[in-house]
Amino acid sequence: MDSSDGPDGRERTQLSRRRILAAGALLGTAPLGVAAETIGGSGPPWAPNTAAYPQSPDPAQRYDFFSGPEAAFIEAAAARMIPKDELGPGALEAGVPIFIDRQLAGDFGKGATWYMQGPWDAGLPTQGYQSRYTPAQMYRAAIAAVDKATQNASNNPFAKLSGEDQDAFLKRLASGDQQLEGVDAKAWFKLLLQNVMEGFFSDPIYGGNRDMAGWKLIGFPGARYDMTAYVKQYGKPYPLPPVGIGGRPAWSRG
Amino acid sequence: MAGAHPKVDVLIVGFGWTGAIMAQELTDAGLNVLAVERGDWMDTATDFSTTFAQDELRYYWRKELFQKPAHETLTVRNNATQTALPMRSLGSFLPGVGVGGAGLHWNGQVWRFLPSDFTARSHNLERYGKTAVPDDMTIQDWGITYPELEPYYDKFEYLCGVSGKAGNLSGAVQQGGDPFEGPRSREYPNPPLDMPYAPMLFAQAAASLGHHPFPHPAANMSRAYTNPLGVQLGPCTYCGFCEKYGCGNYAKSSAQTTILPVLMRKPNFTLKTGCEALKLNLAADGKTVSSVTLIDADGQTYDQPADLVILSAYILHNVRLLLLSGVGKAYDPNTGEGVIGKNYAYQITSSVGFTFEDKILNPFMGAGALGMMMNDFNGDNFDHSGLGFIGGGYIGVLQTGARPIETFYNPNDLTTWGGDWKKKVARDYLKTFSVATHGAVMSHKGNYLDLDPTYRDVFGRPLMRMTFDYTDNEHKMSDYLTDRALEVAKAMNPRDITPRYRKGSWDVVPYQTTHNTGGAIMGTDPKSSALNRYLQMWDVANLFVMGSTAFPQNAGYNPTGTVAALAYHAADAIKSQYLKAPGQPLVQA
Ligand SMILES: Cc1cc2nc3c(=O)[nH]c(=O)nc-3n(C[C@H](O)[C@H](O)[C@H](O)COP(=O)(O)OP(=O)(O)OC[C@H]3O[C@@H](n4cnc5c(N)ncnc54)[C@H](O)[C@@H]3O)c2cc1C
Ligand code: SF4
Repeated sequence: MDSSDGPDGRERTQLSRRRILAAGALLGTAPLGVAAETIGGSGPPWAPNTAAYPQSPDPAQRYDFFSGPEAAFIEAAAARMIPKDELGPGALEAGVPIFIDRQLAGDFGKGATWYMQGPWDAGLPTQGYQSRYTPAQMYRAAIAAVDKATQNASNNPFAKLSGEDQDAFLKRLASGDQQLEGVDAKAWFKLLLQNVMEGFFSDPIYGGNRDMAGWKLIGFPGARYDMTAYVKQYGKPYPLPPVGIGGRPAWSRG
Repeated sequence: MAGAHPKVDVLIVGFGWTGAIMAQELTDAGLNVLAVERGDWMDTATDFSTTFAQDELRYYWRKELFQKPAHETLTVRNNATQTALPMRSLGSFLPGVGVGGAGLHWNGQVWRFLPSDFTARSHNLERYGKTAVPDDMTIQDWGITYPELEPYYDKFEYLCGVSGKAGNLSGAVQQGGDPFEGPRSREYPNPPLDMPYAPMLFAQAAASLGHHPFPHPAANMSRAYTNPLGVQLGPCTYCGFCEKYGCGNYAKSSAQTTILPVLMRKPNFTLKTGCEALKLNLAADGKTVSSVTLIDADGQTYDQPADLVILSAYILHNVRLLLLSGVGKAYDPNTGEGVIGKNYAYQITSSVGFTFEDKILNPFMGAGALGMMMNDFNGDNFDHSGLGFIGGGYIGVLQTGARPIETFYNPNDLTTWGGDWKKKVARDYLKTFSVATHGAVMSHKGNYLDLDPTYRDVFGRPLMRMTFDYTDNEHKMSDYLTDRALEVAKAMNPRDITPRYRKGSWDVVPYQTTHNTGGAIMGTDPKSSALNRYLQMWDVANLFVMGSTAFPQNAGYNPTGTVAALAYHAADAIKSQYLKAPGQPLVQA
């Protein structure tokens, strides 16, 4: 499924294993582990060169999942939800739309690990996500319904509204005051807000948080892992700039 | 396929914390042990090495190490008048899958319950009178006491290399430890972790109010450690990706870092991964389990015979397997009869956020069990007269690492975006933390587990149904703890304080704790409990059920210290008594 190389050139065999796993779960027959093994007597079955490196998307600016009008919506919404300002880049500049696109095109969008069997019932807020839509299907239906609603009200798709009108629309979605045709507006807004936060603050290897903009904004050091020397430095700012799992731009030859 | 799967001495179903403990103990007794685990083999270097373990999206938000609802989930509702619906994606709790179970991605908060927790019913009746326990509060005594469990708590703490400071050594209160804890026979194997700023500020404020803060006991190593099995652990680096993550440093205790390097070399031990138990099959007389039906990764189903069966698949799966197999009498909430599914309980948590004007707390550094706690309001450490509730919980600042997505996204607050929000988080992230409360949940007649009438798993079998809500007792108790936490937060003099009381019904969406309890509880009487004090099923003598499954109600502490102590206690009884008269009950009903 994915035979590209890990950061140090090793095959990502473990990762492919997990991807098959999720697919197996969808087929509804295979148990969770496909790497069935019978082990014992000779020690742990660890093997070299099998580390499960994360997958990272091609960072090129092109959409895999979103259509043109959908991309226009997501770029406009991202720019309002975390705007560019004097503090630095916003969600759009940090690549959040590309991040969400890649997520929706992959296992997350398909709800690959979610329980998606019926019957379906709206349920109570305490019972969580109950839509029949996968996340990708929900975005598709919801963005179309948003543009339809704004077209009806003001003859424009969401992306063409003024920033203030966009904010007002998003606020109504968040509060539950804005319904959408054929899709649970609030359930979708929850998902949208989650994905925007994920795109702004997750490791840059997933296409968002470009140049670690999200981490720089708040002072999060990223993937450092060893904080021992700083634990008892009470009140002192952490001195090192952030790094991602793939390192720092300054470390690569470009 | 008879003969293809020869009978084993012991079959262990589920290979997490308790499965590994039992395998280690029973292979030591010379038994031939087979363990089956439905997930994959996982190890530090391959699955969460230091070069990529710190990945919030992959491990927490995409839930790579947790159970996949597509394969199996459960349905949830708050009470019997509602229709239970499936938990379609994980939320409130995160059961593990794969070798090591949830113990692979736990925090490492290792607690002992209070002596009075084990006699919750008789203790409260005696101290507060008959009205202290309402009719529908179905709490029971455990049938085991703290002094009986003490050596087994100690054994687990030394296996794990817990970092901490004793507060009570054989009855003598120790400076700097928890003065409320039950007596322990010796000091923790490792000294406390280095304490960051926020927990220290909490401890100063708590002490100024007359409370008794102390370092949280942690299965995160404060220094390199070699455990009694000869397995070595490395020092914790306070990486902040601990709870919900595997540890890249061999610094967090798990089956992998404390037991498996020894166990996996034993000739009398075999582990099958990708192998799931579907059903326990009773012998014709109904008094023993003769075999367990297993399904392999390629879909082959077969019966594996065994003399002794250890069910260690985590409480939710233990109870479901018992219900699906018709082993033990299912609980009926209308009559109160039956024991399988009875007394499901959980944990109730709340917090008080605080932000300083100028103090930099560096909340991103942390470890799963790093913090300063106080037990002044746990269990029955305070007088409950006139309060209208029993039970309590710990209060403290637990610095596990403020990973940004988890810090900023709250599914129940959809206002956290926009230009003002951005300015606020840029200003406050480094100066914000919270005081947490972690409270007990008593068992109640209407909180229980059974099989769902509608929803099915991938094999077409009923999902388990969870009917659960907090009652008045839990809300009053949690509000009381939150009020106390608020007082300490105020004493820290922050700029902003945000109390977050736990209001309303239990909600499956936000993560709370993976501290599910009950459903096949232990006790002294087969009419009101499923297991005897050795975790042996009353009516099925060769079946032992591990885990928090056995808790008659939940205490104000994390469960695994007690889960492990009960497992070691059971293993000792199997070795010293059961093997002399196999197939016999260890306690006469
Ligand atoms: C994020 C998180 C943090 C936690 N932090 C703490 C903490 O700090 N302190 C604390 O005390 N506790 C904590 N816990 C709880 C702790 O992890 C559990 O109490 C402990 O792991 C339970 O041990 P167990 O052996 O009962 O189950 P597990 O360790 O979960 O093992 C059960 C195993 O059985 C397997 N299994 C299930 N069904 C089957 C089947 N049908 N066939 C074959 N295999 C099966 C599962 O895949 C799993 O591997 C935490 C849990 C989580 C998720
Ligand atoms: S905080 Fe310490 S114990 Fe926890 S994962 Fe990081 S290094 Fe390991």
